Amino acid sequence: MQVKEDINEIRPIEKDEFLSEIICLKMDAWRLVQICAVRIEDGFELSYTFCKEYRMVTLRLITKEQEEVSSITQIYPCAFMQENEMKELFGVPVRELAPDYHEKLYRIDRETPFKEKG
Amino acid sequence: MAKRSIVPFGPQHPVLPEPVHLDLVLEDETVVGAIPSIGFIHRGLEKLVEKKDFKQYVYIAERVCGICSCGHGMGYCESVERVMGIEIPRRAEYLRTIWVEMSRVHSHLLWLGLLADAMGFESLFMECWRLREKILDMFDRTTGGRIIFSVNCVGGVLKDMDGAMLRAIRETVDQMEQELEPIMTTFIKDYSVQLRLRGLGILSREQAILQGAVGPMLRGSGVEYDTRMLGYAAYGDLDMEPIVGTDGDAYARCEVRAREIVQSFNLIREAIDKIPQGPISVPVKGNPQGEYFMRIEQPRGEAIYYTKGNGTKFLDRFRLRTPTTSNIPPMVEMLKGCQLGDVPLLILTIDPCISCTER
Repeated sequence: MQVKEDINEIRPIEKDEFLSEIICLKMDAWRLVQICAVRIEDGFELSYTFCKEYRMVTLRLITKEQEEVSSITQIYPCAFMQENEMKELFGVPVRELAPDYHEKLYRIDRETPFKEKG
Repeated sequence: MAKRSIVPFGPQHPVLPEPVHLDLVLEDETVVGAIPSIGFIHRGLEKLVEKKDFKQYVYIAERVCGICSCGHGMGYCESVERVMGIEIPRRAEYLRTIWVEMSRVHSHLLWLGLLADAMGFESLFMECWRLREKILDMFDRTTGGRIIFSVNCVGGVLKDMDGAMLRAIRETVDQMEQELEPIMTTFIKDYSVQLRLRGLGILSREQAILQGAVGPMLRGSGVEYDTRMLGYAAYGDLDMEPIVGTDGDAYARCEVRAREIVQSFNLIREAIDKIPQGPISVPVKGNPQGEYFMRIEQPRGEAIYYTKGNGTKFLDRFRLRTPTTSNIPPMVEMLKGCQLGDVPLLILTIDPCISCTER
Protein backbone atom coordinates (compact mmCIF):
# COMPACT_ATOMS: atom_id res chain seq x y z
CA MET A 1 0.00 0.00 0.00
CA GLN A 2 1.00 3.63 -0.39
CA VAL A 3 2.07 4.60 3.14
CA LYS A 4 1.05 8.14 4.03
CA GLU A 5 3.64 10.45 5.51
CA ASP A 6 3.17 10.74 9.28
CA ILE A 7 3.30 14.52 9.74
CA ASN A 8 2.94 15.06 13.45
CA GLU A 9 3.85 18.62 14.35
CA ILE A 10 3.59 20.46 17.69
CA ARG A 11 3.25 24.21 17.21
CA PRO A 12 3.48 26.63 20.19
CA ILE A 13 0.87 29.37 20.05
CA GLU A 14 0.26 32.62 21.96
CA LYS A 15 -3.04 33.23 23.69
CA ASP A 16 -3.97 36.23 21.53
CA GLU A 17 -3.55 34.23 18.32
CA PHE A 18 -5.27 31.15 19.65
CA LEU A 19 -8.90 31.60 18.55
CA SER A 20 -8.02 33.12 15.18
CA GLU A 21 -5.75 30.14 14.46
CA ILE A 22 -8.56 27.73 15.42
CA ILE A 23 -10.96 29.58 13.09
CA CYS A 24 -8.42 29.27 10.25
CA LEU A 25 -8.15 25.53 10.84
CA LYS A 26 -11.92 25.16 10.79
CA MET A 27 -12.23 27.18 7.57
CA ASP A 28 -9.62 24.88 6.07
CA ALA A 29 -11.69 21.79 7.08
CA TRP A 30 -9.34 20.44 9.74
CA ARG A 31 -10.93 17.93 12.11
CA LEU A 32 -10.54 18.36 15.89
CA VAL A 33 -8.80 15.23 17.13
CA GLN A 34 -8.11 15.74 20.82
CA ILE A 35 -7.61 18.22 23.64
CA CYS A 36 -5.21 17.43 26.43
CA ALA A 37 -4.09 19.24 29.58
CA VAL A 38 -0.79 18.63 31.33
CA ARG A 39 0.04 20.09 34.74
CA ILE A 40 3.23 22.13 34.71
CA GLU A 41 4.92 24.03 37.53
CA ASP A 42 2.78 27.17 37.65
CA GLY A 43 -0.01 26.42 35.26
CA PHE A 44 -1.08 24.15 32.44
CA GLU A 45 0.20 23.04 29.06
CA LEU A 46 -2.81 22.65 26.77
CA SER A 47 -2.64 20.72 23.50
CA TYR A 48 -5.29 21.02 20.80
CA THR A 49 -4.71 18.49 18.03
CA PHE A 50 -6.21 18.70 14.53
CA CYS A 51 -6.08 16.45 11.49
CA LYS A 52 -6.54 17.02 7.81
CA GLU A 53 -6.22 13.94 5.65
CA TYR A 54 -3.17 12.35 7.31
CA ARG A 55 -1.48 15.51 8.56
CA MET A 56 -1.67 16.15 12.28
CA VAL A 57 -0.96 19.47 13.97
CA THR A 58 -1.02 20.18 17.71
CA LEU A 59 -1.39 23.74 18.93
CA ARG A 60 0.39 24.15 22.26
CA LEU A 61 -0.89 26.81 24.62
CA ILE A 62 0.74 27.54 27.99
CA THR A 63 -1.48 29.14 30.63
CA LYS A 64 -1.06 30.27 34.24
CA GLU A 65 -2.99 28.45 36.95
CA GLN A 66 -5.93 30.85 37.32
CA GLU A 67 -5.80 32.22 33.79
CA GLU A 68 -9.01 31.70 31.83
CA VAL A 69 -8.92 29.97 28.47
CA SER A 70 -11.54 30.59 25.81
CA SER A 71 -13.63 27.60 24.92
CA ILE A 72 -13.46 26.57 21.27
CA THR A 73 -16.98 25.11 21.33
CA GLN A 74 -18.28 28.12 19.37
CA ILE A 75 -15.94 27.07 16.54
CA TYR A 76 -15.78 23.30 17.04
CA PRO A 77 -18.99 22.27 18.90
CA CYS A 78 -17.56 18.77 19.37
CA ALA A 79 -14.92 20.14 21.81
CA PHE A 80 -17.41 20.23 24.68
CA MET A 81 -16.63 16.77 26.08
CA GLN A 82 -12.89 17.24 26.19
CA GLU A 83 -13.02 20.82 27.45
CA ASN A 84 -15.38 19.79 30.24
CA GLU A 85 -12.97 16.98 31.04
CA MET A 86 -9.94 19.26 31.41
CA LYS A 87 -11.97 21.70 33.47
CA GLU A 88 -13.21 18.99 35.81
CA LEU A 89 -10.06 16.90 36.16
CA PHE A 90 -7.38 19.61 36.04
CA GLY A 91 -9.29 22.72 37.09
CA VAL A 92 -8.44 24.64 33.92
CA PRO A 93 -10.80 27.65 33.90
CA VAL A 94 -12.61 27.51 30.55
CA ARG A 95 -14.67 30.52 29.52
CA GLU A 96 -17.93 30.33 27.53
CA LEU A 97 -18.00 26.55 27.48
CA ALA A 98 -21.23 25.21 26.00
CA PRO A 99 -22.65 22.98 27.30
CA ASP A 100 -20.92 23.44 30.66
CA TYR A 101 -21.40 20.39 32.88
CA HIS A 102 -20.18 22.38 35.93
CA GLU A 103 -17.70 19.71 37.04
CA LYS A 104 -20.30 16.95 36.79
CA LEU A 105 -19.21 15.27 33.56
CA TYR A 106 -17.58 12.40 35.44
CA ARG A 107 -19.63 12.68 38.66
CA ILE A 108 -16.55 12.21 40.86
CA ASP A 109 -16.39 13.26 44.50
CA ARG A 110 -12.88 14.72 44.53
CA GLU A 111 -12.36 18.17 43.03
CA THR A 112 -9.81 18.46 40.20
CA PRO A 113 -8.08 15.14 40.98
CA PHE A 114 -5.47 15.52 38.21
CA LYS A 115 -4.34 18.98 39.31
CA GLU A 116 -1.92 17.82 41.97
CA LYS A 117 0.48 14.90 41.53
CA GLY A 118 0.26 11.81 43.71
CA MET B 1 -48.23 22.92 17.12
CA ALA B 2 -45.86 20.16 18.20
CA LYS B 3 -45.64 19.41 21.90
CA ARG B 4 -42.13 19.81 23.27
CA SER B 5 -40.93 17.46 26.02
CA ILE B 6 -37.72 16.08 27.51
CA VAL B 7 -37.32 12.33 27.80
CA PRO B 8 -34.49 10.85 29.89
CA PHE B 9 -32.88 7.92 28.11
CA GLY B 10 -30.44 5.48 29.74
CA PRO B 11 -28.05 4.76 31.39
CA GLN B 12 -29.88 1.44 31.68
CA HIS B 13 -31.68 0.34 28.55
CA PRO B 14 -32.11 -3.11 26.95
CA VAL B 15 -30.29 -2.04 23.80
CA LEU B 16 -27.45 -0.07 25.42
CA PRO B 17 -24.36 -2.19 26.00
CA GLU B 18 -22.81 0.45 28.25
CA PRO B 19 -24.03 3.25 30.52
CA VAL B 20 -24.66 6.52 28.74
CA HIS B 21 -27.50 8.88 29.53
CA LEU B 22 -29.21 11.24 27.10
CA ASP B 23 -31.70 13.98 27.79
CA LEU B 24 -33.70 13.87 24.58
CA VAL B 25 -35.56 17.01 23.58
CA LEU B 26 -38.60 15.93 21.57
CA GLU B 27 -41.22 17.66 19.50
CA ASP B 28 -43.95 15.06 19.55
CA GLU B 29 -41.93 11.93 18.63
CA THR B 30 -39.16 13.74 16.76
CA VAL B 31 -35.80 14.35 18.44
CA VAL B 32 -34.72 17.99 18.09
CA GLY B 33 -31.82 17.91 20.54
CA ALA B 34 -29.91 15.65 22.89
CA ILE B 35 -27.56 16.29 25.82
CA PRO B 36 -25.31 13.34 26.62
CA SER B 37 -24.13 12.46 30.13
CA ILE B 38 -21.50 9.98 31.15
CA GLY B 39 -19.67 9.60 34.46
CA PHE B 40 -21.18 6.39 35.80
CA ILE B 41 -17.95 4.37 35.60
CA HIS B 42 -15.04 6.82 35.72
CA ARG B 43 -11.89 5.05 36.92
CA GLY B 44 -9.12 7.63 36.55
CA LEU B 45 -6.72 5.19 34.88
CA GLU B 46 -4.65 7.97 33.30
CA LYS B 47 -3.71 9.17 36.79
CA LEU B 48 -2.07 5.82 37.54
CA VAL B 49 0.98 6.74 35.42
CA GLU B 50 2.13 8.63 38.51
CA LYS B 51 2.20 5.42 40.56
CA LYS B 52 3.09 2.69 38.05
CA ASP B 53 6.34 2.81 36.14
CA PHE B 54 6.13 3.09 32.38
CA LYS B 55 6.68 -0.65 31.85
CA GLN B 56 4.08 -1.71 34.41
CA TYR B 57 1.57 0.73 32.95
CA VAL B 58 1.10 -1.49 29.87
CA TYR B 59 -1.14 -3.69 32.03
CA ILE B 60 -3.27 -0.68 32.96
CA ALA B 61 -3.52 0.50 29.34
CA GLU B 62 -4.70 -2.98 28.33
CA ARG B 63 -7.47 -2.78 30.90
CA VAL B 64 -8.96 0.45 29.60
CA CYS B 65 -11.29 -1.71 27.50
CA GLY B 66 -11.95 -5.41 27.07
CA ILE B 67 -12.59 -5.49 23.35
CA CYS B 68 -9.80 -3.09 22.32
CA SER B 69 -7.41 -4.33 25.00
CA CYS B 70 -4.64 -5.49 22.68
CA GLY B 71 -4.85 -2.28 20.63
CA HIS B 72 -4.64 -0.09 23.72
CA GLY B 73 -1.57 -1.99 24.89
CA MET B 74 -0.01 -1.63 21.46
CA GLY B 75 -0.88 2.08 21.17
CA TYR B 76 0.63 2.83 24.56
CA CYS B 77 3.78 0.80 23.85
CA GLU B 78 4.26 2.38 20.42
CA SER B 79 3.95 5.88 21.90
CA VAL B 80 6.56 5.10 24.59
CA GLU B 81 8.82 3.41 22.03
CA ARG B 82 8.69 6.49 19.81
CA VAL B 83 9.54 8.77 22.73
CA MET B 84 12.50 6.53 23.60
CA GLY B 85 13.56 5.92 20.00
CA ILE B 86 13.22 2.14 20.36
CA GLU B 87 13.01 0.11 17.18
CA ILE B 88 11.29 -3.16 17.91
CA PRO B 89 11.94 -6.36 15.89
CA ARG B 90 9.90 -6.75 12.69
CA ARG B 91 8.52 -10.06 13.92
CA ALA B 92 7.07 -8.30 16.96
CA GLU B 93 5.41 -5.74 14.70
CA TYR B 94 3.83 -8.51 12.64
CA LEU B 95 2.63 -10.34 15.74
CA ARG B 96 1.06 -7.15 17.07
CA THR B 97 -0.65 -6.62 13.72
CA ILE B 98 -2.08 -10.15 13.66
CA TRP B 99 -3.49 -9.88 17.19
CA VAL B 100 -4.89 -6.41 16.60
CA GLU B 101 -6.60 -7.47 13.37
CA MET B 102 -8.06 -10.49 15.15
CA SER B 103 -9.36 -8.03 17.76
CA ARG B 104 -10.98 -5.99 14.98
CA VAL B 105 -12.79 -9.10 13.72
CA HIS B 106 -13.87 -9.87 17.28
CA SER B 107 -15.11 -6.31 17.84
CA HIS B 108 -16.98 -5.98 14.55
CA LEU B 109 -18.66 -9.38 14.91
CA LEU B 110 -19.72 -8.44 18.43
CA TRP B 111 -21.14 -5.17 17.14
CA LEU B 112 -22.92 -6.77 14.17
CA GLY B 113 -24.51 -9.20 16.63
CA LEU B 114 -25.67 -6.36 18.85
CA LEU B 115 -27.07 -4.54 15.84
CA ALA B 116 -28.98 -7.66 14.71
CA ASP B 117 -30.32 -8.06 18.25
CA ALA B 118 -31.42 -4.40 18.30
CA MET B 119 -33.28 -4.98 15.03
CA GLY B 120 -34.98 -8.06 16.49
CA PHE B 121 -33.08 -10.38 14.15
CA GLU B 122 -32.21 -12.98 16.78
CA SER B 123 -30.85 -15.74 14.54
CA LEU B 124 -28.45 -13.29 12.88
CA PHE B 125 -27.29 -12.13 16.32
CA MET B 126 -26.55 -15.72 17.33
CA GLU B 127 -24.70 -16.44 14.09
CA CYS B 128 -22.44 -13.40 14.58
CA TRP B 129 -21.60 -14.30 18.15
CA ARG B 130 -21.11 -17.98 17.29
CA LEU B 131 -18.54 -16.96 14.71
CA ARG B 132 -16.90 -14.57 17.15
CA GLU B 133 -16.21 -17.49 19.49
CA LYS B 134 -13.69 -18.85 16.97
CA ILE B 135 -11.59 -15.70 17.29
CA LEU B 136 -11.78 -15.87 21.09
CA ASP B 137 -10.64 -19.49 20.89
CA MET B 138 -7.67 -18.37 18.75
CA PHE B 139 -6.78 -15.75 21.36
CA ASP B 140 -6.91 -18.50 23.95
CA ARG B 141 -4.65 -20.79 21.91
CA THR B 142 -2.10 -18.10 21.06
CA THR B 143 -1.98 -16.21 24.37
CA GLY B 144 -3.80 -18.16 27.08
CA GLY B 145 -6.44 -15.43 27.48
CA ARG B 146 -9.70 -14.85 25.66
CA ILE B 147 -10.33 -11.14 26.22
CA ILE B 148 -7.46 -9.37 27.97
CA PHE B 149 -4.38 -11.30 27.01
CA SER B 150 -1.43 -9.01 27.76
CA VAL B 151 0.95 -9.70 24.89
CA ASN B 152 2.43 -6.22 24.47
CA CYS B 153 5.44 -4.86 26.28
CA VAL B 154 7.61 -1.82 25.73
CA GLY B 155 10.19 -3.11 23.26
CA GLY B 156 8.10 -5.80 21.54
CA VAL B 157 5.74 -8.58 22.53
CA LEU B 158 5.78 -11.20 25.29
CA LYS B 159 4.61 -14.20 23.29
CA ASP B 160 5.57 -15.73 19.97
CA MET B 161 3.63 -17.95 17.57
CA ASP B 162 5.26 -20.97 15.96
CA GLY B 163 4.61 -22.18 12.42
CA ALA B 164 1.87 -24.61 13.46
CA MET B 165 0.07 -21.86 15.34
CA LEU B 166 0.24 -19.49 12.38
CA ARG B 167 -1.11 -22.23 10.10
CA ALA B 168 -3.96 -22.86 12.55
CA ILE B 169 -4.85 -19.15 12.50
CA ARG B 170 -4.82 -19.16 8.73
CA GLU B 171 -7.10 -22.19 8.58
CA THR B 172 -9.47 -20.62 11.11
CA VAL B 173 -9.56 -17.39 9.12
CA ASP B 174 -10.28 -19.27 5.87
CA GLN B 175 -13.08 -21.19 7.54
CA MET B 176 -14.50 -18.08 9.17
CA GLU B 177 -14.51 -16.23 5.86
CA GLN B 178 -16.70 -18.94 4.34
CA GLU B 179 -19.04 -18.88 7.30
CA LEU B 180 -19.14 -15.09 7.25
CA GLU B 181 -20.38 -14.95 3.67
CA PRO B 182 -24.09 -15.65 4.34
CA ILE B 183 -23.97 -13.31 7.35
CA MET B 184 -22.47 -10.55 5.19
CA THR B 185 -25.05 -11.15 2.49
CA THR B 186 -27.82 -10.79 5.05
CA PHE B 187 -26.44 -7.55 6.48
CA ILE B 188 -25.76 -6.02 3.09
CA LYS B 189 -28.62 -7.30 0.94
CA ASP B 190 -31.49 -8.41 3.18
CA TYR B 191 -34.66 -6.42 2.62
CA SER B 192 -35.56 -6.11 6.32
CA VAL B 193 -32.07 -4.92 7.28
CA GLN B 194 -32.07 -2.33 4.51
CA LEU B 195 -35.54 -1.16 5.47
CA ARG B 196 -34.40 -0.68 9.06
CA LEU B 197 -31.06 1.02 8.37
CA ARG B 198 -31.22 2.87 5.05
CA GLY B 199 -31.67 6.61 5.35
CA LEU B 200 -31.53 6.46 9.14
CA GLY B 201 -29.25 8.79 11.15
CA ILE B 202 -27.57 10.48 8.22
CA LEU B 203 -24.30 12.22 9.02
CA SER B 204 -23.01 14.23 6.08
CA ARG B 205 -19.33 14.29 5.15
CA GLU B 206 -19.07 17.95 6.28
CA GLN B 207 -20.74 17.26 9.62
CA ALA B 208 -18.59 14.17 10.17
CA ILE B 209 -15.46 16.33 9.85
CA LEU B 210 -16.84 19.26 11.83
CA GLN B 211 -18.09 17.04 14.65
CA GLY B 212 -14.80 15.12 14.79
CA ALA B 213 -16.13 11.65 13.90
CA VAL B 214 -13.65 8.78 13.65
CA GLY B 215 -13.49 5.22 12.37
CA PRO B 216 -16.43 3.57 10.58
CA MET B 217 -18.53 6.58 11.57
CA LEU B 218 -16.22 8.89 9.57
CA ARG B 219 -15.63 6.45 6.71
CA GLY B 220 -19.35 5.69 6.47
CA SER B 221 -19.81 9.39 5.64
CA GLY B 222 -17.40 9.16 2.74
CA VAL B 223 -14.15 10.36 4.34
CA GLU B 224 -11.21 8.21 3.29
CA TYR B 225 -9.21 8.18 6.53
CA ASP B 226 -7.78 5.13 8.23
CA THR B 227 -4.69 5.57 10.40
CA ARG B 228 -3.40 2.15 9.37
CA MET B 229 -2.41 3.91 6.15
CA LEU B 230 0.37 5.58 8.16
CA GLY B 231 2.15 2.23 8.13
CA TYR B 232 2.72 1.72 11.88
CA ALA B 233 3.37 -1.85 13.13
CA ALA B 234 3.48 -4.08 10.02
CA TYR B 235 0.81 -2.19 8.03
CA GLY B 236 3.41 -0.53 5.81
CA ASP B 237 4.18 -3.96 4.31
CA LEU B 238 0.55 -4.99 3.84
CA ASP B 239 -1.92 -4.27 1.11
CA MET B 240 -4.90 -2.25 2.24
CA GLU B 241 -7.05 0.74 1.36
CA PRO B 242 -9.63 2.38 3.63
CA ILE B 243 -13.15 1.01 3.25
CA VAL B 244 -15.48 3.93 2.68
CA GLY B 245 -19.26 4.28 2.54
CA THR B 246 -21.11 7.04 0.75
CA ASP B 247 -24.52 7.62 2.26
CA GLY B 248 -23.50 8.44 5.86
CA ASP B 249 -26.50 6.54 7.25
CA ALA B 250 -26.78 3.62 9.66
CA TYR B 251 -26.57 1.20 6.73
CA ALA B 252 -23.27 2.74 5.51
CA ARG B 253 -21.74 2.34 8.98
CA CYS B 254 -22.92 -1.27 9.10
CA GLU B 255 -21.54 -1.99 5.63
CA VAL B 256 -18.14 -0.45 6.42
CA ARG B 257 -17.77 -2.61 9.52
CA ALA B 258 -18.93 -5.76 7.74
CA ARG B 259 -16.44 -5.21 4.88
CA GLU B 260 -13.66 -4.42 7.34
CA ILE B 261 -13.98 -7.96 8.72
CA VAL B 262 -13.06 -9.36 5.30
CA GLN B 263 -10.27 -6.78 5.04
CA SER B 264 -8.93 -7.96 8.41
CA PHE B 265 -8.98 -11.58 7.24
CA ASN B 266 -6.87 -10.55 4.22
CA LEU B 267 -4.45 -8.59 6.41
CA ILE B 268 -4.04 -11.51 8.80
CA ARG B 269 -3.35 -13.90 5.90
CA GLU B 270 -0.84 -11.52 4.33
CA ALA B 271 0.90 -10.91 7.66
CA ILE B 272 1.18 -14.68 8.23
CA ASP B 273 2.71 -15.09 4.76
CA LYS B 274 5.23 -12.29 5.28
CA ILE B 275 6.15 -12.60 8.95
CA PRO B 276 9.94 -12.71 9.28
CA GLN B 277 11.89 -14.92 11.68
CA GLY B 278 13.80 -13.33 14.54
CA PRO B 279 13.51 -12.06 18.09
CA ILE B 280 10.23 -10.74 19.48
CA SER B 281 11.55 -8.00 21.76
CA VAL B 282 14.55 -5.83 22.46
CA PRO B 283 15.93 -4.81 25.86
CA VAL B 284 14.76 -1.41 27.04
CA LYS B 285 17.33 0.80 28.72
CA GLY B 286 16.75 4.15 30.34
CA ASN B 287 13.55 6.09 30.88
CA PRO B 288 11.31 8.05 28.51
CA GLN B 289 12.14 11.72 28.05
CA GLY B 290 10.07 13.72 25.59
CA GLU B 291 6.57 13.50 24.18
CA TYR B 292 4.69 11.89 21.30
CA PHE B 293 1.15 11.77 19.93
CA MET B 294 0.63 8.26 18.61
CA ARG B 295 -2.47 7.42 16.60
CA ILE B 296 -3.68 3.97 15.76
CA GLU B 297 -6.86 2.58 14.21
CA GLN B 298 -8.85 0.73 16.80
CA PRO B 299 -11.98 -1.20 15.67
CA ARG B 300 -14.14 1.76 16.72
CA GLY B 301 -11.86 4.31 15.08
CA GLU B 302 -8.77 6.41 15.54
CA ALA B 303 -7.38 6.45 19.08
CA ILE B 304 -4.73 8.92 20.27
CA TYR B 305 -2.07 7.99 22.82
CA TYR B 306 -0.15 10.94 24.20
CA THR B 307 2.89 10.17 26.27
CA LYS B 308 5.07 12.70 28.03
CA GLY B 309 8.15 11.47 29.87
CA ASN B 310 10.43 13.39 32.21
CA GLY B 311 13.46 11.10 32.30
CA THR B 312 12.24 9.14 35.33
CA LYS B 313 10.46 5.79 35.30
CA PHE B 314 7.14 7.56 35.96
CA LEU B 315 5.55 9.41 33.08
CA ASP B 316 4.49 13.03 33.47
CA ARG B 317 1.30 12.37 31.56
CA PHE B 318 -0.45 9.70 29.58
CA ARG B 319 -3.56 10.72 27.73
CA LEU B 320 -5.80 8.38 25.77
CA ARG B 321 -8.43 9.91 23.52
CA THR B 322 -10.67 7.00 22.70
CA PRO B 323 -12.82 6.67 19.56
CA THR B 324 -16.11 6.93 21.46
CA THR B 325 -15.05 10.28 22.99
CA SER B 326 -14.90 11.60 19.44
CA ASN B 327 -18.03 9.85 18.24
CA ILE B 328 -20.42 11.14 20.92
CA PRO B 329 -20.71 14.70 19.47
CA PRO B 330 -21.52 13.42 15.93
CA MET B 331 -23.99 10.98 17.48
CA VAL B 332 -25.81 13.90 19.10
CA GLU B 333 -25.86 15.63 15.70
CA MET B 334 -27.25 12.65 13.81
CA LEU B 335 -29.99 12.06 16.39
CA LYS B 336 -31.57 15.38 15.45
CA GLY B 337 -34.58 14.74 13.27
CA CYS B 338 -34.89 11.04 14.06
CA GLN B 339 -37.86 9.39 15.78
CA LEU B 340 -37.71 8.46 19.47
CA GLY B 341 -38.07 4.77 18.55
CA ASP B 342 -34.88 4.91 16.43
CA VAL B 343 -32.69 6.38 19.19
CA PRO B 344 -31.45 3.06 20.68
CA LEU B 345 -30.45 1.72 17.27
CA LEU B 346 -28.72 4.95 16.30
CA ILE B 347 -26.71 5.07 19.51
CA LEU B 348 -25.61 1.55 18.72
CA THR B 349 -24.38 2.54 15.26
CA ILE B 350 -21.49 4.53 16.77
CA ASP B 351 -20.42 1.29 18.52
CA PRO B 352 -20.16 3.08 21.86
CA CYS B 353 -17.63 2.02 24.47
CA ILE B 354 -18.20 4.11 27.57
CA SER B 355 -15.63 2.19 29.63
CA CYS B 356 -12.98 3.35 27.15
CA THR B 357 -14.34 6.88 27.16
CA GLU B 358 -14.28 7.26 30.92
CA ARG B 359 -10.96 5.43 31.45
